[in-house]
Amino acid sequence: MISFAECSARERLALLFDARSFHEWIAPAERLTSPHLAQLGVPSAFDDGVAIGRARLDGHEVFVAAQEGEFMGGGVGEVHGAKLVGLLQRAVRDQPEAVVLLAESGGVRLHEANAGLIAVSEVMRAVLDVRAAGIPVLVLIGGANGCFGGMGIVARCADFIVMSDVGRLAMSGPEVIEASHGVEEYDSRDRALVWRTSGGKHRWLIGDCDALVEDDVSAFRAAAVAALKASRPVTLESLEAEHALLDARLHMLPIEADGTDQATQLWRELGIEQADRVPDLDVDAVRALRIA
Amino acid sequence: MSDIPAGLETLDFSFSGGRPVGAFPPVLVGVVGSGNLEVMLEASAGDGCAVRVETSARGFGPIWQAVADDFFARHPIGGVRISINDMGATPAVVSLRLDQAVAELPQGAPS
Repeated sequence: MISFAECSARERLALLFDARSFHEWIAPAERLTSPHLAQLGVPSAFDDGVAIGRARLDGHEVFVAAQEGEFMGGGVGEVHGAKLVGLLQRAVRDQPEAVVLLAESGGVRLHEANAGLIAVSEVMRAVLDVRAAGIPVLVLIGGANGCFGGMGIVARCADFIVMSDVGRLAMSGPEVIEASHGVEEYDSRDRALVWRTSGGKHRWLIGDCDALVEDDVSAFRAAAVAALKASRPVTLESLEAEHALLDARLHMLPIEADGTDQATQLWRELGIEQADRVPDLDVDAVRALRIA
Repeated sequence: MSDIPAGLETLDFSFSGGRPVGAFPPVLVGVVGSGNLEVMLEASAGDGCAVRVETSARGFGPIWQAVADDFFARHPIGGVRISINDMGATPAVVSLRLDQAVAELPQGAPS
């Protein structure tokens, strides 16, 4: 068992896909680095924090991208975002069997915020274009930095999300919520709270991810292989159904918090047995708890 | 407060007379993170070993020189261009990353 969370982006590419099948585009030696970071006295990375290319997954041709969470928290800068967009646009042209994004990102890289914001919006559009072409986009989330901000939205634009229990997926990260709403609302240092509200088990139980796996590279690989045909057309009906689901979820909880833990309360409202014990249960046990 | 200006510092070191390692695809090890660095090795013509460092920790030129000298004493390789992006790694970490990069050369680390 190899921890997905502890691997670098490049180690994940090497271990998750068929051996030596990863062929990189815009490799580090091309030095397509950030045009902004040096002006701020921040060192660049030769790949701007993301590796893109094609690979084989159980023999199937796929396009892949892996974000490096250790470089600027996986933040999406101008070049980083452009590499993702280019990969997705090439997928529309070349029609691989799927696109697999190994997402690990705090969202837009604030050092180049305007360019990064535009880049993330372009990534979202490109993801939807790939889906419209009938090619499934799979997102794998299991890095220590989680998947937040713009990349959190990108993930939810995809066909299929695989998460480990240590993975996290959300819009605003814990520190951001605390800074804007106060520590009484959300204590970012309360790790149990953070994982109850953004961790893989929570996302699985409320239906925001499609597979929950152990923090193990081979488990991620198996889940990705199983999802290779997971294309889901984006239709008006599917969007309306999603809106109805979110609206219903919003009304499951009382507006005024009464001091009880709302994540557990939501799981209970969803009809999940042993809601109180979810944080202590292992992945297999939690996987069995989801209602339909 | 330090009188060293903010911003990146670029350092260059070069060595000659090393054992040519021949052609090889670029090698990349490490990640640019706090206290960490990435090292890229590329083949170059001749027997030179050129090292370029971009670092956010300014004012440590003599220490980099010592680390580079020590590296070349351990691995006298030629025909190599070494490029480093550094975010404040300690000399020990830098040496380990350089060793790791050399170990990933097709012929492995020369002894």
